[in-house]
Amino acid sequence: MIANFAVVLGEWKPLTTGFLNTVWICALSGAVSLVLSVFVSMLLVSRRSALRRAAQGAVDVLRALPFLMLLFIVYYCLPALHLRFSSWTCGLASLVVYNTAYFAEILRGAWAHLPREQEEAGRAYGYAGVGLYRRIILPQILIASGPVLGNQLITLVKNSAFLMVITIPDLTFMANQVQAIYFVPFETMLVAVMLYWTICSTIEWIVRGMERVAVVRGHE
Amino acid sequence: MAWSPLLSELARGTVTTVTVSLAGIAVGLVLGLALALVRARGVPVVSPAVAVYVSVVRATPMVTLALLIFFGLPSFGLSLSPLVAAIMIISINTSVFQAEIWRASLLDFPRGQLDAARAGGMTRAVAFRRIVFPQAWRASLPGLVNEMTLVVKGSPAVAVIGVVDLTRVAVRWTTVTYEPVRPFLTAAAIYVVVVMCLIRLQRSVEQRIVERYGSL
Repeated sequence: MIANFAVVLGEWKPLTTGFLNTVWICALSGAVSLVLSVFVSMLLVSRRSALRRAAQGAVDVLRALPFLMLLFIVYYCLPALHLRFSSWTCGLASLVVYNTAYFAEILRGAWAHLPREQEEAGRAYGYAGVGLYRRIILPQILIASGPVLGNQLITLVKNSAFLMVITIPDLTFMANQVQAIYFVPFETMLVAVMLYWTICSTIEWIVRGMERVAVVRGHE
Repeated sequence: MAWSPLLSELARGTVTTVTVSLAGIAVGLVLGLALALVRARGVPVVSPAVAVYVSVVRATPMVTLALLIFFGLPSFGLSLSPLVAAIMIISINTSVFQAEIWRASLLDFPRGQLDAARAGGMTRAVAFRRIVFPQAWRASLPGLVNEMTLVVKGSPAVAVIGVVDLTRVAVRWTTVTYEPVRPFLTAAAIYVVVVMCLIRLQRSVEQRIVERYGSL
């Protein structure tokens, strides 16, 4: 067993590549979906009921769908409509779309819990529309929902492992290749698991920091 | 463009997905409660080991876990059929999340009641069976039903090791007929319906508990 671990650690190069790919894929799609979710959350509370209902329907369906299903729909069905993208584009786009739905719903929930007075005071001072959202509402709901967003980011990291199915060289894909070459599946996958643990523990540590900030700012 | 062969294939895939998920949840329920109890007991060495185990498995993607179990265990002489491996993967995954749910409701349990039970002469085991469990399960139930939706959404990972679940049926149909849109969209719709039913179940469970016991 020790000898097998030595074999795995000898293959640190592909494993590092996979690890770094997973890290940047998750960081990029997490950041992009956070930005997008801010806009989607505005649709979710829109006063135009047709718009609001359409957005909420899309968010609800995405949240009820397994990530692998969305990935396959994007990867296999879009070419049937003569839309061809590389597996990288498909993978990143699916991660972003899927995660945006979850982030947007989290922001909407935090918004619903924000005291009405905040918005009213903002309006009394002449804020309205986007300005009101950007200056008064958004900073508060971001602080309040920070920990939940962090947990969702951990889910994103775990979903990113599905990208191996469409041959994106992420951590799981690279580990699977290493184990297939040397036939040391248990040890290789265990190393991969430990690397995922490192990523998720780091996010958790950041989340705990954000929780402290949220408590100091008066959010439970 | 016949619908009936596709639908009957998808129906069989749905049965596999639901069976594997339910079996995994059932095993995970027992395992999860056991893990939570060991952790709550505060046994030296064992409880911290359980805490680390829970933390590691919680951070492990389903696919990675699937590959670890399905390809890794045979090197210890444990050869598993894909279906058994699938149930094992799902139970290992869900047990740690269920352990966290149980742990939360055990931590919330009023300490005074336990002390009173012990002072009344109950052993730890009896106090757990008669006093703690009948109240703690109520606090855990909504979380456990919510965990069921997460299990169904994670279950396509077992398609990767060759279990012909709903996802794999759609993939197979596509590779044979070169026709992706119908199988994938129909399979997606089935997943959405199953998950939405579970969400509805969670809401009604919460409501019933509130109606019967006053609060969660």
